[in-house]
Amino acid sequence: MSLLDIRNLSLSIHGKPILKDISVSIRQGEITALTGESGSGKSMTAFATIGLLPRGSVTTGEILFDGSNLLTRSESDLCDLRGRDISMVFQEPMTALNPVQTIGAQVMETILIHGAMTSSDAKARTRDVLDRVGLPPDRFPLTRYPHELSGGQRQRVVIAMAIALRPRLLIADEPTTALDVTTQAQILDLLKGLVSEQNMALMMITHDLAVVSDMADTLNVMRAGEIVEHGATFDVLRDMRHPYTRQLFDASRHQAKLSTAKAETPLLSVENVSRDYALPRTSLFGSRPMFRAVNRVSFDIKRGERVGLVGESGCGKSTLTRAILGLEPIQEGQITLDGDPVWQDGHPNLAVRRKMQVVFQDPYGSFNPRHRVSRLITEPFHLLTDPPKGADKDAAIADALTAVGLNPADADKHIHAFSGGQRQRIAIARALIIRPDLIVFDEAVSALDVRVRAQILDLMADLSRDYGLTYLFISHDLSVVRSITDRVLVMRAGEIVEDRPTPAVFEAPEHPYTRTLIDAAPQLPAFPETQDAARPAF
Amino acid sequence: MLHYALKRLVSLAISLLVASLVIFVVVEVAPGDPASFMLGINAQPDTVAALRTELGLDQSKFDRYRSWVGGMLTGDFGTSYTYRTPVSQMIADRLWVSLPLALYALTLSTLIAFPAGIFAAARRGGIGDLGVTGATQLGVAIPNFWFAMMLVLIFAINLRWFSAGGFPGWDRGVWTGMKALTLPAIALALPQAAILTRVMRSSLLDILGEDFIRTARAKGLSSRQALWRHGLRNALIPVLTIIGLQFAFLLAGAIIIEQVFFLPGLGRLIFQAITQRDLIVVESVVMLLVFAVIVVNFVVDLAYAAVDPRLRART
Repeated sequence: MSLLDIRNLSLSIHGKPILKDISVSIRQGEITALTGESGSGKSMTAFATIGLLPRGSVTTGEILFDGSNLLTRSESDLCDLRGRDISMVFQEPMTALNPVQTIGAQVMETILIHGAMTSSDAKARTRDVLDRVGLPPDRFPLTRYPHELSGGQRQRVVIAMAIALRPRLLIADEPTTALDVTTQAQILDLLKGLVSEQNMALMMITHDLAVVSDMADTLNVMRAGEIVEHGATFDVLRDMRHPYTRQLFDASRHQAKLSTAKAETPLLSVENVSRDYALPRTSLFGSRPMFRAVNRVSFDIKRGERVGLVGESGCGKSTLTRAILGLEPIQEGQITLDGDPVWQDGHPNLAVRRKMQVVFQDPYGSFNPRHRVSRLITEPFHLLTDPPKGADKDAAIADALTAVGLNPADADKHIHAFSGGQRQRIAIARALIIRPDLIVFDEAVSALDVRVRAQILDLMADLSRDYGLTYLFISHDLSVVRSITDRVLVMRAGEIVEDRPTPAVFEAPEHPYTRTLIDAAPQLPAFPETQDAARPAF
Repeated sequence: MLHYALKRLVSLAISLLVASLVIFVVVEVAPGDPASFMLGINAQPDTVAALRTELGLDQSKFDRYRSWVGGMLTGDFGTSYTYRTPVSQMIADRLWVSLPLALYALTLSTLIAFPAGIFAAARRGGIGDLGVTGATQLGVAIPNFWFAMMLVLIFAINLRWFSAGGFPGWDRGVWTGMKALTLPAIALALPQAAILTRVMRSSLLDILGEDFIRTARAKGLSSRQALWRHGLRNALIPVLTIIGLQFAFLLAGAIIIEQVFFLPGLGRLIFQAITQRDLIVVESVVMLLVFAVIVVNFVVDLAYAAVDPRLRART
């Protein structure tokens, strides 16, 4: 018999249908994945199961846990169940812990709230589970506060809280999406280990098919509140009976068709660049200690070249990017574009700045919601000494919008009228409109769903062919970098450890760190009969 | 934590120094002669000259500043020109009314605001929340002197529970003193409580939307347990800020309420000193209030650190 049996679950929130006739079942010791794009209802299925749906939710159907319907249980019954029989791990470890309580107190609370044991036993159990999730007592005493831990360590604490009472069902909602690849691999291993040790059932929610293929026994593909395909993970990924599954799969390993670059003349030159940050004072009148975020980094980008910059969070890639864009001064070395320094006499050099544009990660936060698209994308014009006016300006707007696959008529709309992918197109139009020599894409596709991401990558490849773009593509995601760059810089702890052509880096990484990164990244299985199978999944 | 406190203490000392300089410059060094200003346009030249000597205006600016600050440090605030009594004595007398009144009002407003704010936040969008939010609208909108007069009308004149005004002094017992301060404290506390309730409510609602509250719920805490165990302490930071500001305001900002109830407080003292152009008193009371504000901020800073371990760590 299944431990959890969701039967014909439908959900609407304030009258808006969210889930339609969902049926999922999970057996003890089994890992079941729910996958799909944002808004497909995977998280809501999880919240329905643990009984934490938002206000205004109306459900029909049944969620049978151990044979009893959770939807009809009282709130106090559900409180007893949560944390003891059903636990949940969330996506964002940085905010999932209470900042003003120690990690020991927070893990112990799970045990004490259920009155499961005396407080001294609870303390011993807390220590045990923290050890189990890989937080040993010498470095992680119970008195640590969350702000003293990294993201991966915090996620371990969250997992410890969830498994402290050995629940029979663990729900993990995108548990590794916010983490670096090497940390992700460790957390996934931890979860797999816990499932087999404690014979726990795991409902794993993820948008990442590569993670799914590596973890889950069974797979449910969701789209717009419905399960479109389900079955054993291997079978689903091999057969892909539903076209949506195939679309997701293909988009996940999409390779943009990058034209060959004719890169000869140097454009950007970064020589021995270091960037120091002052840390808070340790003594009252002493000098402030310095932290070197970028350490004597050198590289060139030639005109027409597409260069990737990869590294884990905190490696200094954002700092380096800001220095290249002339947003911050550097302490050592020289950055020049076409021979002109980006930072001169203590000021950013405007003549250089107008030759560079940037596209950021967040398609929602990087536009002023009160302005129309025409104003948003012409913002870079203020960098020009003689910006186009009147008909010239309108033509420039129309050209830029057409180039990114939008309609010139979109210029009069406000930003809220556009989806995430369209907004990222607008961000690219904004970068293109002054025909910059260099575009910096700072995690520009990281927040997008896989199918949209594939479209944006294609757009970048097209633009690169039509306009001969030179760009620096910064990403933590190796698979994306592989398809869209000629050369890759791998950055670690403020230094560039590898700088070689993209195919060489992925096929035969020289630096051990690069190898660790590539090995840690989950891979999609390659089935011989699927198209594009000759290309590896990355 | 000790390091943090020391750092705050240094910044407190610097703030006091800067404040004393600013007050001194504005009152004594700014164009115009303090002595002729204090005596008015019809004063005899020899009276002005006498006052100048008394005020020490013939000395250098630096010496005057040094003796002013030195005097304050030893408790000598100079002599009031109007009343010919030591300013320190006048301030001490008034402080015995104003300080208890401010603390009384602050206690009342906190006692009202905390439960009301928590109650409203826990019932977001419900009838209880609407009721509390409506009441705070009213509390902010009603002028406190009008409310004070209503209190006098009902509790002093009709019910005769309290006296309508005046302060009998603390020699007649703590209870008598407290009783005389009760109506003024309520009148002062009402608008403060309304503001504090709103801050408490919105701060708590912000926190209740945080991820860690959801984590707490997933552990098996009821929504009420999550609020008390994880919400409240995190919600306190903005509330503490407002409490600090309110205390400083209550200490000196009670002029109107002191007038309505005939209370000999600091607010009336400074008001009278200004109308009588008694610059010595004005200068000293202003410095005292600045001192109070800075000390309260220091205490609030320490309270922040007690609440939030991240501040302790940042030093």
